[in-house]
Order: sequence, then structure tokens, then C-alpha cells
Amino acid sequence: MLSKGLRLACAGAAVAVGLTACSSSSSSGSGGKTLKVAYQKFGNEIHVDAHMQKVKAQFEAAHPGIKIQLDPINVSENDYYTKIDLMMGSSSTAPDVVYEDTFLINSDIQAGYLTPLDSYLSTWSDWSQFPDTAKAAARGLDGKTYGVPMGTDTRALYYNKDLLTKAGIAMPWQPKSWADVLAAAKAVKANDPGVIPMNIYAGKPDGEGSTMQGFEMLLYGTQDPLYSSASKKWISPSKGFSDSLQFLKDAYSGGLTLSPQQELDPNVGNVVGGQLLPQSKLAIDLDGSWVTGTWTPTGAKPWPAWSSTLGEAAMPTQDGGGKGTMSMSGGWTLSVTAKSKNKDLAAQFIELALNKDNSASYDVADGQIAVRNDVATDPTYQNSNPTTAFFTGLVPVTNYRPAYAEYPKVSDAIQVAMEAVITGQSSPADAMKSYTESLKGIVGSSNVAAGTS
Amino acid sequence: MKFRTAIAGEDLAAAALGGPTSPRPGRAARLARSTRQLPLAPALIMLILFFLGPVLWSIYSSFTNAALTGDGAANPQWVGLENFRRLFSDPNVTNGIWLTVVFVVGSAVIGQNLLGLAIALLMRGRNRWLRGTVGAIVVSAWVLPEVVSAFIWYAFLGQDGTLNQVTKALGIGSQDWLYSSPMLAVIIANTWRGTAFSMLVYNAALADVPLDVQEAAELDGASGWRRLWSVTLPLIRSAIVTNLMLITLQTLSVFTLIYVMTAGGPGFASSTLPVLMYQQAFKFSEVGYGTAISLLLLAIGAVFSFVYVRVLKPEA
Repeated sequence: MLSKGLRLACAGAAVAVGLTACSSSSSSGSGGKTLKVAYQKFGNEIHVDAHMQKVKAQFEAAHPGIKIQLDPINVSENDYYTKIDLMMGSSSTAPDVVYEDTFLINSDIQAGYLTPLDSYLSTWSDWSQFPDTAKAAARGLDGKTYGVPMGTDTRALYYNKDLLTKAGIAMPWQPKSWADVLAAAKAVKANDPGVIPMNIYAGKPDGEGSTMQGFEMLLYGTQDPLYSSASKKWISPSKGFSDSLQFLKDAYSGGLTLSPQQELDPNVGNVVGGQLLPQSKLAIDLDGSWVTGTWTPTGAKPWPAWSSTLGEAAMPTQDGGGKGTMSMSGGWTLSVTAKSKNKDLAAQFIELALNKDNSASYDVADGQIAVRNDVATDPTYQNSNPTTAFFTGLVPVTNYRPAYAEYPKVSDAIQVAMEAVITGQSSPADAMKSYTESLKGIVGSSNVAAGTS
Repeated sequence: MKFRTAIAGEDLAAAALGGPTSPRPGRAARLARSTRQLPLAPALIMLILFFLGPVLWSIYSSFTNAALTGDGAANPQWVGLENFRRLFSDPNVTNGIWLTVVFVVGSAVIGQNLLGLAIALLMRGRNRWLRGTVGAIVVSAWVLPEVVSAFIWYAFLGQDGTLNQVTKALGIGSQDWLYSSPMLAVIIANTWRGTAFSMLVYNAALADVPLDVQEAAELDGASGWRRLWSVTLPLIRSAIVTNLMLITLQTLSVFTLIYVMTAGGPGFASSTLPVLMYQQAFKFSEVGYGTAISLLLLAIGAVFSFVYVRVLKPEA
């Protein structure tokens, strides 16, 4: 009885599978094709959505009969990565075009989620406008290119001129070392205890934002790299790593930052850009070049006075050594998924979305640093935002993250270490010890070496 | 899911209390019975496909390095016992086991179980109006979807929550409960939510305790506590086992409540095994390792069940 039932059920299941297969092939087979585009839209981050809306209209006008289905994923950064990885894992949910962080792209390339774009790019005349550094951002270990960069970014200190002046700090402010940064924050706290002196992202809820804007902006200013390209090893334990954690401990336990519980709220980025800075409740913010996009007339929180209220200073290295200042750069790309059934169309969509005019308008709106040469040299772009010149000027001192598939996991381990330190659950030394253990688990003990001590 | 367990709970409770035994059916009756169960076959097959299937898959993946991204997503490799080796050397897992035990003992064994028993005992013999009112209030917490109760407690205990508003108004000052004592917060919330179930089980069990035994004990001069300890509790022993077993297994797998209230944090301070499993599989993308943690959870559930069955075995 059971076996008969089982056979029946299998037949039923087979019919069901057959039906879905038929239906999906018929929908893509007939004239009216649908192209799915997935990207993140969360809190203050609304410019990608605006850009996609615009490109959708242009594309549909140019390709009658083809429908663009936008899929704005409304979740925080870490959840976005999980969501797109889950979507790209199955052909029934994979979008055709996906908005990919360069931090995750190497890992997703290795997972086989993305399509190499070389055959499309070789016939796309605009591709020559992208400099080699930009092209390399989405290049896999196999030498193929898996994404077209939308723009890049740098990171630095924003400061409220008024609050710092009141605390007795001379304008324009340019700290020469970490100690100068802490000293300024302490001066602000002493002058007005109602103001939050400084914001440094830390902890798991902000995901890669914590690792890059928070931790790596410190670590890359020390003697010790995260990954040594010379020895091809990940570096830990090191003095640079523990000093960076110590800086966080000093800042958080000294009451110079947001409280750890505010910091561990996934909305903290929206609160900082949308409320604390515009309301002059925060004096110093270590953040990315795109934050100004929040305050433009089309931004999530228009704030016309921002450019006169805020100043920008490059992040100093630990003791002013090296080049004296530093920055970190990342950025996002548009990619075609491996399971897409309309790869040609998807590639055409990307070429349209990132042509000169569209790249320029997106970069201006979202406070991105242009990667296309023709956009970067365009006076309209250069004069679009008072901070463009400052953030572009950081490119000579900037650093890039290790472009390896293991990096996202390493980033997770860094977030765990940061969170343990800012909540006071671990000392910097203990947090570094657990990080080293996790790191060995991720990349293998033979690929880990100690740095300076 | 909840509903099904509840029904099963009542059945079990009824069975444990010794329902009427039916006479052994004859051959014809057996045949009739099996044909009668034929319509159940599709449901059974669906269960095998969609319930047993994923269980077997998760056992398999716990021996692989399956991941959401990177190499483990493209070609998951068989890694043997590697995930389990890592499990036992991972301080977050050790911490997670401890937190899970604290959560289960605190919110289920002590919280829900004792509070449910206390309410059921206090309600015994009270007037109908009081019983109805108390019952309705307690059960309403249980009727709410888990995510809603989680939000209620988040709103109550959060930094700007109701509790802090009240304590501030009283001049006691405030503290962020979800940050300073996350485990206590989730234990209280889960006790609040689950007490109704224990109360219902004990209500039913107490209704079957014969009055004459009670009266006899009273005539012998036994005090209230003595009657409870020596007469009532032994008589409802099997209901206690059933209740403990059900609420323990239910509490072991609580995820939504904790995830909404604290997301397992700060740090890993409230990352019980289900939350840790989620973090490993979906936040850190290590599906293989996450499923290994789920098997550990299963083992802990088995240990609890075994202990209950042995310790509270009815005296022959």
C-alpha cells in the first residue's frame, strides 16, 4: 500500500516539476521577456533604487516587449549578502542582474554564482574608459571579469566645525595621529557632555561596514597589514591588530562614542547620517564618501547646510608614519548571474546603466568617486559636490581589501572581535587570540603568520 | 506546529492519565481500519518528502563544508568529522550549550512549569468567574504569535521601553535590559509566553485527582503542603513528565523570540544554540557547520528527554 502510494506521489511530484519547468520555459520563450534586477534599498541608501528606476524606463523604451522587474531588497547590509546568495543559489529565484559589493564578489565568483562578462565587454567601446584598477575590482582568479564597477569610495573623518571650534580646536582640523583624534574627542566631551564626540562603526550588525569603516581604517594605518601580499599570508597576531582593538576600547570605554547598545543596532548607519550629524549631536564621524548623498536634494534626508557645517579630514596613520594619512576603498558592481536565462539582455542592461551619463548621474547622487575616466574629468561631476575633490584626493593614500574568496569570512571574524571588545566582554589581547584561531580555521594555519610584536 | 504539539500534548496527557483501553480488534476490523487510513497516505508521503527529506539532508550537510558563498557553495566537499571537531573546540558553542541549558531550565523547567502548576493549583476550587478571567489572561499570552510577543517584550524592556519610562518617572533611573541582562530578559519573556500551556496541562491533570484521597489525607491531619507533596504531585506525576518533556523540547528550539529581542547579542551573550546555528549558517554563510550545531541541539534534546523519563518514571 505504502509503496503504491509512494509511486503515486512520485508521479504527482514529477508532474508538478514538469509543469513548473514548462511554465518557466514558456514565459522566457515567448516575446515578452522579463529581466529581474536585484539590489539593496535600506534606510538612507535610496540612490541605487532611483538609478535603477531611471535605467528601467530607458531600457524598456529602447527594447519594446521587454519588461524590467526591479527587486529592491529592503534589508541591512549583512542580510543583503545572505539574501542575494540564497537567491543566486537556485535558478528559480536568481535575478538576471545583481548589485554586488566588491567585498563579496570574489567569494561569489568562486561559488559559481556569476557569469564572466568578457565576451560582452570586448565589444563595449565604453569599457576602455575604465582604468585598470577599476577593472581589477571584479576580476576573478581565472582572469575573467565578472562585474562592471558603478563607482568607488574612500573613507575619512567628517567633523562638525562648530562643535570642534567650541571645544577649542583650530580650524581646519587635520589630526596627525590617533592620539590627536582621541584628544579632539576628549576635548569635545569636556566642553559639552551632551554631544557624542565620535562615531566609529564596530560590531556584527553593521557587517562589512564595521570591518572597513571601523577596523580597517585603523589597522591599515599601522605597521601590520591584514594580509601580506609579499609573504602571501594573513597576518595575526600583530601589534597593529591589538593596537587597533585597543583604540576601539579606549574610545568606547572612555565614553567618546555612541553607547555600545546604540552601535549594535543595525540601523546605526541611518541614525548617524540621518539624525546625529544633521542635528549637530555628533562631532566626529569616521565614515565613507557616500554619506553626503544622504543630504543632497534627492537624498533621504536633504540638509542644505551640510557643506558649511561639516569639514573633512583625512584619517591619520597611527603615529603619523608612512604617508601620514590613509584611506580604504571598495565599491559596488553590477553583475550578471550564472543562472540568468537572459544573459545577453542582462549585459545590455548593465552597459546602459553604466554608460557615461548614467554613471555620472549615479556617482553624483550617491557621493561616489567616479571610476570612468570620462566621468572623472567631466567638470559637471567635479563641481557637483563640494567634497568630491577632497575624497578623490585620498585615492593616492588609499588601500584595497585582500581580493580573496575567504575575505568575507575573515571580515566576520573581525566583527566578532570588535564586538567583544566594545562590549567589554574581551580584552583586546583575548579578542585577538580568538580572531587568530578563527583565522586559522578559515584560511588554514599554514597561511597565517604573526606580524610585529 | 505549536497547535499540533498542543493537541499531541493533550493526547499524551490523557494517555498518561490512563484513558479507557479498547479491546483488541479482530482481523476484519483491522482490515477495515487500515482501509480507513488510506486517505492519510498522501499526507504521510508529503511528510516523508518535506519533513524527513530535509532532516536527512541536514545530517548529510553536517559532514560537508557546504556554504552560501565561496568554494563551499560551488562544490561542497565531504569533510568527515571536521565540523564536529571544530564544534567542540569552539568557545561560542560551549557558551551556546550553557546558555541553552540556562534558558531551558530558567524559562521552561522553573518558569513555565512551576508558574503553570502554581496557577493551576490556585485556581482549583475557585469560582467560575475568577477561573475564567485568570485563564483568559494567561492563555492570551500563549495565543499571540511568537514574533508579536517578542516585539511586545522588546518594546517593554528596550532602551526607551515602557519599563524604563516607568522607572525613570519613579526616579529609579533606567537601564537597557536587553543589553545589560539579555538572558534574564529572554527567560522572562519566554516564561510569560509559555506558562499557559503548563497551566492547561496541570488544570486537566488536577481535575482527575480524586477528591476522596484529598479528604482522607486531610482527615489524617496532613497540612496543605504535605497534601500537595505526598498526595497531589505523585498522582499527577505522569502529567508532570509529559509537560516537562513537551515544554523542554519546545523551549530548546526557541529562535524567533530571542532573535527579535537581542539577535543573540551583545557579542554572543544570548546566542543559544538555535540562534548560533542561524548565525553560522546564514550570517557567516557556513551552512555545513550550522547543520552540525543543529545535530548537537538534537542530542541535547535527547539527553533532557532521557533524564525526564528516568527520573520521573512512575513507581511500579
